[in-house]
Amino acid sequence: MRLTSNVISGSEQFEANCTGHLEALKTVRGAAELAAAGGRETSRERHLSRGKILPRDRVANLLDPGSAFLEVGATAAHGMYGGVAPCAGVIAGIGMVSGVRCMVVCNDATVKGGTYYPMTVKKHLRAQEIAQENRLPCIYLVDSGGANLPNQDEVFPDRDHFGRIFYNQAQMSAQGIPQIAVVMGSCTAGGAYVPAMSDVSIIVKNQGTIFLAGPPLVKAATGEEVSAEDLGGGDVHTRLSGVADYLAEDDAHALALARQAVTGLNWRAATNVNWATPEPPAYDPEELLGVVPTDLRTPYDIREVIMRVVDGSRFDEFKARFGETLVCGFAHIEGCPVGVIANNGVLFSEAAQKGAHFVELCSQRCIPLVFLQNITGFMVGRKYENEGIARHGAKMVTAVATTSVPKVTMVVGGSFGAGNYGMAGRAYSPRFMWSWPNARISVMGGEQAAGVLATVKRDAIERKGGEWSAEEEAAFKQPTIDMFEEQSHPLYASARLWDDGIVDPRKSRQVLALSLQAALCAPIEETRFGVFRM
Amino acid sequence: MFTKILIANRGEIACRVMETAREMGVSTVAVYSDADRDAKHMAMADEAVHIGGAAPAESYLRGDRIIQAALAMGAQAIHPGYGFLSENPDFVEEVEQAGLVFIGPSADAIRKMGLKDAAKALMQKSGVPVVPGYHGDTQDPAFLAQQADEIGYPMLIKAVAGGGGKGMRLVESPEDFAAALESAQGEAVTAFGNGDVLIERYIQQPRHIEVQVFGDGERAVHLFERDCSLQRRHQKVIEEAPAPGMTHEMRAAMGQAAVRAAEAIGYKGAGTVEFIVDGRDGLRPEGFWFMEMNTRLQVEHPVTEAITGVDLVEWQLRAAAGEALPVTQEQLTITGHSFEVRLYAEDVAKGFLPATGTLEHLVYPSFTRVDSGVRSGDVISPFYDPMIAKIVTHGATREFALGKMRQAIEACQIAGLQTNLAFLGALCWHEEFARGEVDTGLIARDLKALVQEPDVTPQHWAQAAMAGLGLLGEVVPETGFTLWQPLTWSISLQQEQELREIAVTVWSADQYEIVVGEVRVRAQKSAAGWRFDDVHAPTHVITGDEITLFWPRAVTFTRHDPLARGSEEASSGNVVEAPMPGVVKSIFAISGQVVTKGDRLAILEAMKMEHTLLAMRDGVVADIVVEEGAQVEAGAVLITLVAEEESQ
Repeated sequence: MRLTSNVISGSEQFEANCTGHLEALKTVRGAAELAAAGGRETSRERHLSRGKILPRDRVANLLDPGSAFLEVGATAAHGMYGGVAPCAGVIAGIGMVSGVRCMVVCNDATVKGGTYYPMTVKKHLRAQEIAQENRLPCIYLVDSGGANLPNQDEVFPDRDHFGRIFYNQAQMSAQGIPQIAVVMGSCTAGGAYVPAMSDVSIIVKNQGTIFLAGPPLVKAATGEEVSAEDLGGGDVHTRLSGVADYLAEDDAHALALARQAVTGLNWRAATNVNWATPEPPAYDPEELLGVVPTDLRTPYDIREVIMRVVDGSRFDEFKARFGETLVCGFAHIEGCPVGVIANNGVLFSEAAQKGAHFVELCSQRCIPLVFLQNITGFMVGRKYENEGIARHGAKMVTAVATTSVPKVTMVVGGSFGAGNYGMAGRAYSPRFMWSWPNARISVMGGEQAAGVLATVKRDAIERKGGEWSAEEEAAFKQPTIDMFEEQSHPLYASARLWDDGIVDPRKSRQVLALSLQAALCAPIEETRFGVFRM
Repeated sequence: MFTKILIANRGEIACRVMETAREMGVSTVAVYSDADRDAKHMAMADEAVHIGGAAPAESYLRGDRIIQAALAMGAQAIHPGYGFLSENPDFVEEVEQAGLVFIGPSADAIRKMGLKDAAKALMQKSGVPVVPGYHGDTQDPAFLAQQADEIGYPMLIKAVAGGGGKGMRLVESPEDFAAALESAQGEAVTAFGNGDVLIERYIQQPRHIEVQVFGDGERAVHLFERDCSLQRRHQKVIEEAPAPGMTHEMRAAMGQAAVRAAEAIGYKGAGTVEFIVDGRDGLRPEGFWFMEMNTRLQVEHPVTEAITGVDLVEWQLRAAAGEALPVTQEQLTITGHSFEVRLYAEDVAKGFLPATGTLEHLVYPSFTRVDSGVRSGDVISPFYDPMIAKIVTHGATREFALGKMRQAIEACQIAGLQTNLAFLGALCWHEEFARGEVDTGLIARDLKALVQEPDVTPQHWAQAAMAGLGLLGEVVPETGFTLWQPLTWSISLQQEQELREIAVTVWSADQYEIVVGEVRVRAQKSAAGWRFDDVHAPTHVITGDEITLFWPRAVTFTRHDPLARGSEEASSGNVVEAPMPGVVKSIFAISGQVVTKGDRLAILEAMKMEHTLLAMRDGVVADIVVEEGAQVEAGAVLITLVAEEESQ
């Protein structure tokens, strides 16, 4: 059924919403531009003067001309490390290479020599996780000095630190997911294993180097004096050592060789679903900025979002009259069949049961799930606890956690408390998780958190017979409110890779479509649910 | 009428003849050489016979094989087309001896016109004007001066053995004659060892006007004139009919002279009488002289067909079949004006050198006559005339016909090889030509302007870049999608000598920004197609690594594939190594020796096998590191090379 909008485009409220969203977008765009620029102007000029192509242009020219690029962690490390690691010093994302959907990971040597900060490691691992889950061939454009030494304790020793990169390469190679490395600069120490662990490696002549220890360390260790090129240059590695397979003349040639290598993969993505002919939504996605209030406390009908995202604005709503605060239904996005689960208010027991039911249906039918999150949490209070809302919530959480169909989550508003769990938050391994600039994510709202803390404090004061004025209480609450405000901002979340990135609401449909296309590169396994608490 | 004829030719004229034959219900037999196995004329014919190798001497000039083919296929007549055997009287006789009909004049008529001097004498006798002059043996200066007075001034003195302007003098007035003669004779003796000269009237602004005649062996008619003055080194480039500035009296005089010429030799079939005309003071009935007669169908016959409505090939077949002339002179009239341009595969910029190659893309105008012997995908080989097509337009007036020709040239799209299309276009826009002021020197005078290279704009580079990246075809809606920052692709393109790296930023599937040098070009797609900086994009085609824009001049850009350059450069070939452990059996290289790629440098004996080590590239032997008999390890350097320039 085609959904019908109740919003008056161009109304005062509509325009106010637009203004608010555009404001929020401006902040994010600023951060994204900062990240995309990479290192300082002088670093970039030095990079170019060596005949090297800037990292973002390397990515572009690796991809098929005009290919979409679904970037992951575009504002990673934003505001961290004193701002010295824009984009966490590494570009990651999904694009088409020789007609094959691939994960591209590209070091940015203009950012601290491409060395790995903790977020660099986390982002590299997240990219690999996406590649592994969705069976995307990986192409690493390597230009990195290895671990960032001042941060070695946070990048080297733990399970999800530097070493995990090579572990993942080995695992993926074992699973038949191609690993291709293009050495376009340094590839030192542990980094040397990126090309060495790859199925195919390409190195640029007189530019790429691979060694376990660079010339200074060699001199310190054994006294041997040797140039970087003689120690581990392209000629050495393609002629003598066999660490690399192809010798490229320059960056452009290396990228062409990588594209050729992908052509040779004989790669076929899985086919799982019946694709329909794509059709644009009947309602213009541009209107999303006007139909969604910027203030999370203002309720609105989530169908206004759905109708601006799905093909033809058509939505086959499931159990529309039951558990109405959770909207579930079938639709298509760019031809891909999806089950949409979206919040229309706080979750009650019925809504949670309906959600679990719907997840079961989609799992049975191998239909990917799209979660549109705008959730303050499950309903609280005696009535609800007594009727077992925890039990019903658990059913939904179990279903969401254990289903095998791909899940893609988009936070379009609040993401608070256990609502985050039931709606496939990060911990529930959605294949992708995206946020709108107006989204907020935290265990609870800042006001509520401050309120909880204030109540505890007031109790303690009053127990001792003291008094606490309203002013004192407000002053006490403000730092908590401020902290929650800062930490729940999507830029804060995205910087730490709690999601895969912030998206312009108007691009939601494309982001979801590209996410689904990537997710469907892996076969959908049969679902085996856990025990549902009935 | 015949039921089957053989066409002893190839290319457009073979196709042209077949078209009429088909209209007349006459079957056709083509002949073809090795090079023409897939040619259009051979595909078009009802039957085809292979007659030999690619070189004309092995095929299209092999009269014996052609006659044999005609007999074998049961053809009753042979149409020779033009060129090849069309004016070979021996062939005509052989055809007739074989009991076949030659579609054309008799061997006798061809012979009479074949010898230029004898033909001139014959014409003079028949009352056809020839260029006044003295070509005799008497070289007495007084006698020559007297002859010169009779011929009239200005006049030319030419060395009989001359060439290249040596021994040639232009004499403006009688008092200069003696001195000019002396110097011309002196120069001729020095240059050729023969001081004999001839003298001739000098025609100051010569025009080439020819008259189409048609005879049935007794009577002849003329089908008016064609002006072929637009020539480049005696090659006709554009022909038209009627001749600009032609008067009724002049036309009558020329026509009658041409008919007299044809009837004098009992001409049968289509022929052309060529005249040189003095165009200095307009066309005057006393200002034209016989040059020669072409005893065949001319390349430019379509312009005559256009203005008279006559199918000359049909007339040829009917005359050959014994029919009398289908019309009288009075029944022939001129309707409108017609042009023909000769479209050639040639490199205009390199002095009109014939070009060869594959017609990767070929589109002709749909609104006018095009005679062509090639199709898209065909090859212009070095064996034959590199003509691609003749484009013919017809209009009520000269202006209309010329305007239509300009449009026809713009509508032509050819990619894959160099053509003279742009040059033809420039000619059609030439002001003097447009005014009808033509003479045989026009092209040479204005050659520089006519062959000027087109100005390639940044918008053209931008379009070629996008085409080269494959962004101008069908694009998916997700094209260019990114979360925040658009991506920028680059491409290396070459146009003539200019190599550029062009950056293409994809803002969306229908919006691009292209940086060409200092210029930023905006590309936008709408329902009406692509626009570059608000200018509608011309048509383009992609053939392999080449992108050709038709705007309307064809501009070709070559895409540099980064993969193409890798293989050779990747291995420098500077070091010759032992491929495995072994003994150096012999060393042939000598230090300082210049070697070319593939030269034998040494022999390594290993695993009971002798391995010859070759130079990987051209260079100079810099160093021989080992001696004969040395045992070496795998990878050991045996010989090093340097580039030749480095060794100096």
